Amino acid sequence: MPEQLLFAMEVTLNGLMAGVLYALVALGFVLIFKASGIFNFAQGMLVVFAAMTLVGVQTGQIPFAHLINTIFGTKIHHFGWTVPTIIAIIVAGAAMVLVAWIIEKYILQHLIGQPDIILFMATIGMWYFMHGFAPLMWGSEVMKLDVGLAQGINETIDTTTYGWFGYGFFIDNLDIVAAIVAALLVTALVLFSQYTKQGRALRAVADDHSAALSVGISLRFIWVLVWSIAGFVALVAGIMWGSKSGVQISLAEVALKALPVLMLGGFTSIPGAIIGGLIIGVGEQLFEFAIGPLVGGATQAWFAYVLALVFLIFRPQGLFGEKIIERV
Amino acid sequence: MTFKRVAAASVAALMVGSPVMADLVFPSLSYRTGPFAAGGIPYADGFADYFTMLNERDGGIGGVAVSVPECETAYNTEKGVECYESTKGMGALAYNPLSTGITYQLIPKATADDIPLYTPGYGRTSAANGNVFSHVFNFPANYWNGASAAINHVLELNGGDLKGKKIVLLHFNGAYGKEPIPTLTKLGEKHGYDLTTIPIDYPGQEQKAQWLQIRREKPDYVLFWGWGVMNQVAIQEAANIRYPMDQFIGVWWSGAEHDVKPAGDKATGYKAMTFHGVGSDYPVFGDLQKYVVDAGKAAGDGSNVGTVIYNRGVYAAMMLAEAAKKAQEIHGVADITSAQMRDGLEQLEITNARMAELGMEGFGPEFKVSCANHGGPGAIAIQQWDAAAGKWSLISDFGASDMEVIQPLIDADSAAYAAENNIEPQCN
Repeated sequence: MPEQLLFAMEVTLNGLMAGVLYALVALGFVLIFKASGIFNFAQGMLVVFAAMTLVGVQTGQIPFAHLINTIFGTKIHHFGWTVPTIIAIIVAGAAMVLVAWIIEKYILQHLIGQPDIILFMATIGMWYFMHGFAPLMWGSEVMKLDVGLAQGINETIDTTTYGWFGYGFFIDNLDIVAAIVAALLVTALVLFSQYTKQGRALRAVADDHSAALSVGISLRFIWVLVWSIAGFVALVAGIMWGSKSGVQISLAEVALKALPVLMLGGFTSIPGAIIGGLIIGVGEQLFEFAIGPLVGGATQAWFAYVLALVFLIFRPQGLFGEKIIERV
Repeated sequence: MTFKRVAAASVAALMVGSPVMADLVFPSLSYRTGPFAAGGIPYADGFADYFTMLNERDGGIGGVAVSVPECETAYNTEKGVECYESTKGMGALAYNPLSTGITYQLIPKATADDIPLYTPGYGRTSAANGNVFSHVFNFPANYWNGASAAINHVLELNGGDLKGKKIVLLHFNGAYGKEPIPTLTKLGEKHGYDLTTIPIDYPGQEQKAQWLQIRREKPDYVLFWGWGVMNQVAIQEAANIRYPMDQFIGVWWSGAEHDVKPAGDKATGYKAMTFHGVGSDYPVFGDLQKYVVDAGKAAGDGSNVGTVIYNRGVYAAMMLAEAAKKAQEIHGVADITSAQMRDGLEQLEITNARMAELGMEGFGPEFKVSCANHGGPGAIAIQQWDAAAGKWSLISDFGASDMEVIQPLIDADSAAYAAENNIEPQCN
């Protein structure tokens, strides 16, 4: 088999894996948009806050230690214990539920009935607030995230493909874990929305707020629920991305990767987020492989947006989004 | 009567609260927030702590206290310029903008305001030509020195022969990351290696395509010009593809503790260039601990003392302090002006004996600044990370860079700037 074809196959596989990671971030946006019509600008910061809280709890870090030390002249940093990973994940998940409750009680509740743009602006405010609050609580240092996930080349794939083609493919173990986790997450979300009372209520709210309210569904409960689920998805995305780079404020930038995925897959479709992520992942990696060297490289930053824009021209609602028909 | 008392108390409070005009003012354009805060915080701490130590231990510089007003830039060029404008009226003697973008914006402004810029290891490389850039000083090393030092290190490892070797420059896709390309290209022509440049766009969270390319091309060495999260991801990806860490060499902005720690043990062997010492095994750190950290006067919590970027802040502050001292000697006054400070920077001489007096023997090379040479010796050492020990170690002395190649590049770039801006040579 020609060498270039082998390389392209490897790039495609890695693109699929990268796409899964993009989709994980996009999922959080979709959940909130689907249930409340809000484009949550702060989703990237939820990823950061969730991951920081996980590491902070896991390593026994004292929240707001810098602030406490500055005010009281103390020198406290850690409690002196570490917490098992699974408990730290549960605590971080609980923290995201608390964040969801706070957002509903102190922001969303006061904006019921306001135009979508006001809700969107509120999420921009949330982004800025959390951008300051998260480092104030956990510090600005790069936090090492270790939840025991394997990283590095998958030896089995490397050896097998070497046996087949004389060239071993590189696939990162962490990406394989991310793909499995994403598949489980999507399955769980679909089952939840199809077969549970709360899930059906969530879909009802997504379809029509007023109708859902008229049959006794609590909008406030649904919002807390959906923001909590989005917070949990943010935690999963934070674990995957944070394992690669350490946890730091710039993790919020991964949200930039989710935007073209949403434009492509549609803002209201969970399968759309996955398929959109995979298309963007493969597309940008193959484009960089084939065209990148001819145009100076680093094409990933803009290629995804160009691809999404092209899609928008032909299908504004995205691949799986709902077509909006407004009668005059 | 009550009003008069309140007014008098307010005036008194203002007098106490405002900076004393006689202080030597070195504003710190810091970034303790934003995506680059992990690097900005230790630098700002080291910079401030050194001056605090001088105040506490020596009563300032030449008997005059030093003040270091901080202004948060978040590594944002517009905010950096605002910080400059808002602090220069405080009697600023010199600026260390800690950002190449801010430096580029401030070069014409600071020159017009007669305030020197000190940009060690960043900023506009050709500002080393003092003949053109009268108010910019970037000693002891710049990016082109760094590129040359990396090649010198590689030459040493290969018995002086790089013919046919493949070298990749993995770099931030912006002005900073592209800085070494002309030097590495010229050095490639000289030494016969094959250079491939691979850019990474900001922020650099996703580098799969770049590292797959490196895996395919199997370069002998990868040189790296990154910053922020780009560093941690690159080191992790290098480990993932099992690229030999001791053949992966970063510039000094890609070689801090927080860059290597997320990759754990796999980061062992990673190398980085440096223009100053590593660790805290120098007497000056004892004084910093005693007079600043233990006294509760540290800018941070003291945990950064001895880390790579903290040390860089200390080194920059030391240079400015020595230049201020030189300015006081030259002009015979303690309360120097920014113009006099510029003279001090231009006539600064750092000797090994002086470094020993400062408790920093071996921390950096000795050199002399001149009217024409604002760039210093360009002497650079290589440091290597040991994850098990959790520390960097110097594995080479401070070696000279290839000025035969670099000087013509500096001359050409600065001549172009001089022509664009109608600048007359300032040195006779």
